[in-house]
Amino acid sequence: MLEVDVERRLGDFRVEARFRSDRGVTALFGRSGAGKTSIVNMVSGLLKPDRGRIAVDGHVLFDSAAGIDLPPWKRRLGYVFQEGRLFPHLTVRRNLLYGRRFAPAVARYLTMEQVVELLDLGALLRRRPHSLSGGEKQRVAVGRALLSSPRALLMDEPLASLDVLMKREILPYVERLDEMGIPILYVSHSLDEVSRLARNLVLVSAGRVAASGDVDEILNGLELWSPEDETETGTMLTTRVARHDAEAGITHLEFRGGELRVPLADIPEGVAVRVWIRARDVGVATEQPRGLSLRNVLRGTLVEVGREGADAGPVTEVGLRIGDTTLTALVTRGAVRELGLAPGQEVYALIKSANLDRRQLSLVAAMAGGPRSRV
Amino acid sequence: MWSLSATEIEALRLSVHVAAWSTAAGLPLAVAAAHLLARRGFWGKEIVNALLHMPLVLPPVVTGYLLLLLLGRRGPVGAWLEQTFGLVFAFRWTGAVVAAAVVAFPLMVRPIRLSLEAVDPRLESAAATLGANRLWSWLTVTLPLSLPGIVVGAILGFTRSLGEFGATVTFVSNIPGETQTLSLAVYSALQVPGGEPGAMRLTVIIVLVTIVALVASEMLGRYVARKTRGYTADA
Repeated sequence: MLEVDVERRLGDFRVEARFRSDRGVTALFGRSGAGKTSIVNMVSGLLKPDRGRIAVDGHVLFDSAAGIDLPPWKRRLGYVFQEGRLFPHLTVRRNLLYGRRFAPAVARYLTMEQVVELLDLGALLRRRPHSLSGGEKQRVAVGRALLSSPRALLMDEPLASLDVLMKREILPYVERLDEMGIPILYVSHSLDEVSRLARNLVLVSAGRVAASGDVDEILNGLELWSPEDETETGTMLTTRVARHDAEAGITHLEFRGGELRVPLADIPEGVAVRVWIRARDVGVATEQPRGLSLRNVLRGTLVEVGREGADAGPVTEVGLRIGDTTLTALVTRGAVRELGLAPGQEVYALIKSANLDRRQLSLVAAMAGGPRSRV
Repeated sequence: MWSLSATEIEALRLSVHVAAWSTAAGLPLAVAAAHLLARRGFWGKEIVNALLHMPLVLPPVVTGYLLLLLLGRRGPVGAWLEQTFGLVFAFRWTGAVVAAAVVAFPLMVRPIRLSLEAVDPRLESAAATLGANRLWSWLTVTLPLSLPGIVVGAILGFTRSLGEFGATVTFVSNIPGETQTLSLAVYSALQVPGGEPGAMRLTVIIVLVTIVALVASEMLGRYVARKTRGYTADA
């Protein structure tokens, strides 16, 4: 059991986190810059909290009230860094064995042989880090951390720097770590990884824990991502995955009123997907446009044109009704005058498909409670 | 003309002896100073840095004179050292070691500092999370990774010590068998009528020794770089 209760100011940013992590993988999930790495660094001892308490299996590692602050080398927590941080002057074998001597003999729960087998490192032992692939480096980094027989394992986006193929190669190994029986804190902003690896989820947003608990409960019950998070105006569109065109690299999403084409997304057909379309990524045309590189052109009716006035800026919002949704577009006042845009008019909405990115899609797919996409 | 006199052989022996001691004594201090400058922030760091580099720009005669003032038998530090430890530097070969080490010091510190700065401190954090305390992670990670710079610093220090003249002659004078190193012997030979063949012999020796040292440094540097290959390839 890993108990974390920390607070720390970092410039204007404030990190305040409180959660428990039982054995098995607990994901610290949130956007980049939400404070996840700071939290893990505080647990590891690399960053000192202003206030709080950290304990693992009853051993207090940090307690500001009691004046306890163990240095990292006395905490016995394994840390797998995003960039691996293997020692470049040592062979893989010596990298693996680096932390072993520091664990008391009675506390060691893994042998070199077991780690080599678990992570399939046999062929790499004599090599040096610079000759390893990204995935191999991370496997060695995991093995090195495990061989120090840590009381808990901290993993800070260990797969973030790997490409999709390498991730696929290394994920099964990470899944096996669950058998270790120690708490594993796994930092990620990828929902694919989280839903595949974690039992528990700690949702971090703007330096705070927004929610924590069982992965499935949270993913199904909580709105992780909402337009309120966006600082810009836009429209949330609820769609359904109609079909994939792998050859063209396109996924067709249908909704009442039309169809959206987005880059191929790894989501099963039939799953409900919500898509966020920023107002500034929507253009308006009064006639059916031709010879256009944009893939998404939707027919609709103009229902609203932003008010005129001295205080208004050079751009204005217009509302387009498409099916039963109203899409917001941002256009210049000059365009409104020149095109003579007025409510009731039939128009075409031009949407830059590039905005509907894959991560966003997989995120909303899971949030909508559909089957999880698997990488 | 090519057979060496006893004085000349003595000068060669003394030169190597002094340079070796100067390097051996100066290197740990140079590593410590380089570490402070590379990794620590402290008040007056710029002043310390400037002081360390002084011997590089000061005329060696001035450095020697300052050493004489400070470490001479009547100097504040010299007198104290003699009373407390019975240590005397003035007009002894040990004084020649001190003069050579002081002059060579900035040349040793610089490459070591640069290579220490090139070692990613995040590797030390990684070592710390694996259980290594600061000293151990420094010894097993930082030190080996900065070895190329340390080797370069040692060779530079050694060759600079070998050729030291001005500070040595000012601080410990020119005493055959005690403080007369090769460069001092060349100078002495040139002061005597008919001494030029002797000066030429010594000059050839100095050139040879210097070439050997530089070639050795180049080979050693490559060997060390190969040992820490991943690091140099990535950096």
